[in-house]
Amino acid sequence: MTQVFGVPVAVILGQLMLGLVNGAFYALLSLGLAVIFGLMGVVNFAHGAFYTLGAFAALLGLKWFGVNYWAALVLAPLTVGALGIVSERLLLRHVYKLEPLYGLLLTFGLALVVEGTLREGFGATGESYPVPRALQGAVNLGFMILPIYRAWVILASLVICGTTWFLIERTRLGATLRSATENAPLLQAFGVNVPLLMAATYGGGVALAALAGVLAAPVVLVTPLMGNSLVTVVFAVVVIGGMGSILGSVVSGLALGIIEGFTKVVYPEASNVIVFVIMAVVLIVRPAGLFGKE
Amino acid sequence: MKIKIAAAGLAAVLAALAGRPAAAAAGGEVVIGDLDDLSGNYADVQGAGGIEAIRMAIADFGGTVLGRKIVVLVADHQNKPDVGASKFREWADQNGLNMLIGGSNTGVNIAMAKVAGAKKVPLFVVGAGGASLTNEDCTPYTVHYVYDTTALANGTATAIVNAGGKTWFYLTADYAFGTQLQNAASKVVEAHGGKNLGSVRVPLGASDFSSFLLQAQGSGAQVLALANAGGDFSNSLKAANEFGITKTMKPAALLAFINNIHSLGLQTAQGLYLTTGWYWDLDDDTRAFAKRFYAKMQAEPTMDHAGAYSATMTYLKAVKAVGSLDPDKVMAELKKTRINDLFAKGGYIRPDGVMVHTMYVMQVKTPQESKYPWDYYRVVKRMSGEEAFGPVTGLCALAPK
Repeated sequence: MTQVFGVPVAVILGQLMLGLVNGAFYALLSLGLAVIFGLMGVVNFAHGAFYTLGAFAALLGLKWFGVNYWAALVLAPLTVGALGIVSERLLLRHVYKLEPLYGLLLTFGLALVVEGTLREGFGATGESYPVPRALQGAVNLGFMILPIYRAWVILASLVICGTTWFLIERTRLGATLRSATENAPLLQAFGVNVPLLMAATYGGGVALAALAGVLAAPVVLVTPLMGNSLVTVVFAVVVIGGMGSILGSVVSGLALGIIEGFTKVVYPEASNVIVFVIMAVVLIVRPAGLFGKE
Repeated sequence: MKIKIAAAGLAAVLAALAGRPAAAAAGGEVVIGDLDDLSGNYADVQGAGGIEAIRMAIADFGGTVLGRKIVVLVADHQNKPDVGASKFREWADQNGLNMLIGGSNTGVNIAMAKVAGAKKVPLFVVGAGGASLTNEDCTPYTVHYVYDTTALANGTATAIVNAGGKTWFYLTADYAFGTQLQNAASKVVEAHGGKNLGSVRVPLGASDFSSFLLQAQGSGAQVLALANAGGDFSNSLKAANEFGITKTMKPAALLAFINNIHSLGLQTAQGLYLTTGWYWDLDDDTRAFAKRFYAKMQAEPTMDHAGAYSATMTYLKAVKAVGSLDPDKVMAELKKTRINDLFAKGGYIRPDGVMVHTMYVMQVKTPQESKYPWDYYRVVKRMSGEEAFGPVTGLCALAPK
């Protein structure tokens, strides 16, 4: 078998593929965070909780109302996004004028409340969500067996990230959003409803997290803590990509998924810290992040 | 700057969380503590159900002993050894703690055992499995009550090697429990003529197991040994199914609780071998306890739930028998009594602290074999306590070989 640095090529290709799958989740989650931070200046610590809520919405929708996976892909983000808008209107909007720290503490508290409530209601063990019938099974790529569902995750995530980027960077709506962050009072003077824009942005970012949650539901057990372990990594991804940079969050999400995948082969024990090591290096060399503006 | 502020904010929140006050007990009461993972990965294995089981035992005992009211203190150790140890020390110094039930997590229990030794407070380890608790880390006040890594390995590994699974690869949780479990299983595999082909150490709470599983598959081993627990166990087995690894390798659960099987579903978990210290559907006694427990918790009890009940009962009986709360007198009594209840028949506590009792090698039923809710296990073998927990190793100074 062909080898590179003593590792068989087939193994490298396999890990590359798996890294891409994980990277797709990182990209989706960090994308929402980047949108919220970039446009609102809020460090949304509740992002993991909204991801969890997305997965629970899919699970409970199926159990209680017979909502299938495809419908959940649309309904769960809408429901959770609406919840996000409510929490923005009721709570978050009051802290915009204060230091970023207050937004962080508020969203962190929100995350604890959501996690605690779900744990009270459903326990910590979690439940399985079935893989939709159309995406069951696996394909043999020669170097590995790839479950069809995981291939779907990569595809879906790339499409969603691309669409979001296009919406914000290339459309009139996106231009309005970006100008709101530059000079909100001026935009308001032009007759644009800025508070509505902010609420919609938060709702949209949160809906992205929920969408990632629905995508993840068939892969991992749906538990109240599923977002908790991801969100710290995703924050590191956002910092590496450059706080608020949409392209940066997507590219660094995918890249870090792959780097983490290789670490799992070379030195598995370090696989949960490698992202943070890279973050430290990036912060020293380029404090604004790889794609951030100085 | 933002990061710095974020870190400061986070630290403040965490400090506030850690500082929640415990209910203080007034003098003249008998105080039983429970330190467990109440909010994390292992919170359903013992957790709130464990607290309920302790309360049930106290109520069944009559609510008082030596004419004093029995109260319970509860705290979340958050899977952090320092939190567990400092809370234990605080209760011992300020709240007159008489006995502690140790919940999940071997790392935390090792830290708490040191406090038990220093403060002379009996520690009944219920949720944690690391056998070092009665070997290198043993104390005169530690009782390892429900199961340990030695018994798990003797049960599951022996059964699988004898059934033809000769070559093994381990997916090991990277902390005290995982490594102890892997070491114990490796020894059993070799002793029965099998071979260990390798292992991969997986950080606790990893979000994706597929990379590690592909490495396991690459080893060509027949058996995929899961030396992990809780959500890590469930997610690794789920991924092994998804990637078709279970078609070429036979998965072995070195530790699985019934709530894990319930959440995975029989479709995924069927055929799995595992070892347990107790099962709700063994006999009339266990079913009666399970029925009461189910009414309160809407789930069948795990071995830890039954163990928490039994440990509390056993301690209170010993206190009553010696007519004193003196830890040395109570420990002496504990080590000479036989334990006969819904959890153990003829169990006894060895000088090193192991509670020797029957362990069960189980196989998870197929969806067709399962006749009623929670009908999940078929008993493959009843192992005597001596066979399960093995001979005294001599590593604990209290019990020379």
